[in-house]
Amino acid sequence: MKLIYEKSQAGRRGTGVPSPGLPVPEVPSELRRATPPRLPELAEPEVLRHFTELSTRNFGIDTGFYPLGSCTMKYNPRINERLAGLRGFANLHPLAEDDAAQGALELEWKLQEILREITGLDAVSLQPAAGSQGELTGLMLFRAYFEARGEGERRRKIVIPDTAHGTNPASVTMAGYELTPVKTDARGNIDVDDLRGKVDDTTAGLMLTNPSTLGLFDENIEAIRDIFHGAGALMYYDGANLNAVCGISRPGDMGFDVVHINLHKTFSQPHGGGGPGGGPIAVRSSLEPFLPVPVVVRDRDSFRLEYDRPQSIGKVRAFTGPFGVFVRSYAFMRAWGPALREMSEVAVLNANYMLARLKDAYDLPYERLCMHEFVLSARSLKREHGIAAFDVAKRLMDYGFHPPTVYFPLVVPEALMIEPTETEAKETLDAFCDAMIAIVREAAEEPEVIREAPHNRPVRRLDEARAVKQPVVKYAFARNESGLAQV
Amino acid sequence: MSYLSLTDSDREAMLAAIGVDTFEELFRDIPAGVRFNRELAVPPALTEAELQRHLEELAAKNVVDEVCFLGAGIYDHHVPAVVDAVLQRGELLTAYTPYQPEMSQGILQALFEYQTAICELTAMDVSNASGYDGTTVAADACYMAKHATGRSRIVVTEATSPQVRQVVKTYAPGFGLEVVEVPHDGGITDPDRVREAAKDAAAVIFQTPNFFGCLEPAPDLAAAANEGGALAVAHVDPISLGLLEAPGNYGCAIAIGEGQQAGNAMSYGGPHYGFLAARSDLIRRMPGRIVGETVDTDGERGFVLTLQTREQHIRREKATSNITTNQTLLALAGLVHLSLLGPQGLRELGETCMALAGYAKERLTEAGLELAFPDRPTFKEFAVRTGRNARETLAAARAQFVYAGYPLGRDYPGLDDTLLVAVTEKRTVEEIDRLVEALTR
Repeated sequence: MKLIYEKSQAGRRGTGVPSPGLPVPEVPSELRRATPPRLPELAEPEVLRHFTELSTRNFGIDTGFYPLGSCTMKYNPRINERLAGLRGFANLHPLAEDDAAQGALELEWKLQEILREITGLDAVSLQPAAGSQGELTGLMLFRAYFEARGEGERRRKIVIPDTAHGTNPASVTMAGYELTPVKTDARGNIDVDDLRGKVDDTTAGLMLTNPSTLGLFDENIEAIRDIFHGAGALMYYDGANLNAVCGISRPGDMGFDVVHINLHKTFSQPHGGGGPGGGPIAVRSSLEPFLPVPVVVRDRDSFRLEYDRPQSIGKVRAFTGPFGVFVRSYAFMRAWGPALREMSEVAVLNANYMLARLKDAYDLPYERLCMHEFVLSARSLKREHGIAAFDVAKRLMDYGFHPPTVYFPLVVPEALMIEPTETEAKETLDAFCDAMIAIVREAAEEPEVIREAPHNRPVRRLDEARAVKQPVVKYAFARNESGLAQV
Repeated sequence: MSYLSLTDSDREAMLAAIGVDTFEELFRDIPAGVRFNRELAVPPALTEAELQRHLEELAAKNVVDEVCFLGAGIYDHHVPAVVDAVLQRGELLTAYTPYQPEMSQGILQALFEYQTAICELTAMDVSNASGYDGTTVAADACYMAKHATGRSRIVVTEATSPQVRQVVKTYAPGFGLEVVEVPHDGGITDPDRVREAAKDAAAVIFQTPNFFGCLEPAPDLAAAANEGGALAVAHVDPISLGLLEAPGNYGCAIAIGEGQQAGNAMSYGGPHYGFLAARSDLIRRMPGRIVGETVDTDGERGFVLTLQTREQHIRREKATSNITTNQTLLALAGLVHLSLLGPQGLRELGETCMALAGYAKERLTEAGLELAFPDRPTFKEFAVRTGRNARETLAAARAQFVYAGYPLGRDYPGLDDTLLVAVTEKRTVEEIDRLVEALTR
């Protein structure tokens, strides 16, 4: 398919601009643009067709089953799009004075109240733009908390299990902390013996996903809590897997002091091919003074933004956060109400059902019930037939499914991480399991069909190594341009 | 619940297949001490019709009918209908990050086209696939500059958006960076002061048009930064780049900005996107996703996420950033809008904003008001002295259903009487006349 730049013809226009018939003030010559940017030149119908064609070469949850582990690809209710687009929301300027934004502030406050209840914590900031920014914000709160106690210089270490998302260690570095890795035990929990020797008065805290990226609830969570709180350290909950435990177990009750919530996972903000997301954080009252500003507060019947928080860490993003995301997630929560517990129960039921159907066909690294997702290994398939997790993923595309997450978590070789979410029909789960089992059969009988997969996507397997070796990261307009980045 | 497909008999059959009798048993690994044993105390469930009514009531409590001259970083530009149509395509709207390129060629190609558009606007070699917003990309640029130069001081001009400066200062301690501000001098920044501050600095960040709407002597500021061995980082308005010179053409190493102006509704502050583009020598220090061109096994062109060894899922604590989820859909909106405008449309859009803003300045000064920085050329926004506390002026104007601007005293002590007025192509001569009347009655 052509790039939009390859469809461009000089002189075509896709939209008009009002012309007020007024003189245009002169731009000083040294600041004036010499050569115009080569943006596409197409008429409106061709622009729409171009992007419509692109959409047909993409696969979303609206297209079919998308069991991408740790990503919680659930149905995105369409009503939420209509609501986020309401004029009173979409046309509201973020610097409008509080009296002009009472509806928006009320919605934000109500969303905060629901998040407090779900997490079991005391105060919320909606500001972080995504889960990983929530992590970084949480670590900034750790630092502010310990500095206020005179322990900032000493407490430099953050403990992270080897199953953690890569964002956790990256956030640790960006926050200026040092990483202390901890092992996973034979049941998939944090290795408490390994942990004991690693936590002391130089430890700032723990970052943990629970259930973990293995889809397993840490059975030792109470012992872990005692170790950290006993050492005066804090606990951070990576909420990426919150879809497993809404109304079932709350991070605050587990002992966590700061939690981020991925609104684009558990609370159904559509992921948009990579974003937007929302990563609000909920904190224990001891950390509340340090939250980013502004804070949404209620005074009897009205709402306002509070900036005067002398101990605040500052701001991690502009304004109060990605408001349109809040509208969608708030609507999603209101559609469920207290039955959010059933949402998590069914997510866990679906995952365990698939696990039961697949555990004999693939290797199962931890023989336990799972939570909302589970991890299989294609190790035997690779050893016996040379078919890797990567190949299984590509072959699933031919069966009409988006592949699961592969090669993560790192502690499981040839990992296939499967998360069905609550919104899938049993027939869909069965069809996917049937395909997974059929691929095992194909691996023995006709492995080349798998190795050459996918067979019916818009492209065949892509050469990712070439894209790294010769990075072409923009269109080459003219023959003497390469689009090639000089590295 | 209409979002669930399982019937009661499905549930029974599935529990049986798992080998448990009840839902409770599925949660047997959760220690009793951390189980939640009551119903969630959240408001009752609503049907779709009830939900719509409830949210419509909330939306109606917001005031969006006053004529909008409020800007200060987010602007009331027109968003074409085609943008909405594209964004509501479910295949794009409901996809995840394109980890599996064969399933995601639509998004990947769109992001490649977006990167190209951003590079064209800014005259840079490489763009990422978006950052969170116009503030966080500034923090990203600091992290790049720290590693590229090995220096630990960031210089930012005081005439750069207060929110951008605040985000940079919030991130800086974790990065091990110190932040120094260069004050403005009559609405713009003096290159000599930048030259002095840039010595031993990792980067100099300046905004142009700056927060006051004034055009900075951008080439001189970039030269001053470069003389000190600091990376020059320009924070720019994408809508201005049909008229104003691109940062890559006057010596900047990095160009950043808020993308909302191109394709996104104001939406009380988000979701929007931030753009970040750089010279090719900085490519391996870029944060976030980058899409690259390659070929498939048949030799056909295709697109993939590339240079992923920069990223957290590979490099973990040594990554160039922790960013994972970005703002792809909003960046796509930007690409669609820019594609509809084309080079000619972008230029005309800038000219219309400038012409209307120029008319507003002229009418306001005729009516006896004084511009805060009368000698400085501006783009679509300008600062005007109102003769009294600007918050009072604003309240009086709002009584006339004119949201007249942003009181600069909120961020700049000494400018308490000054209002920052933004004029987009959506405003009309009649509306500007109403503004003048509202500010002078």
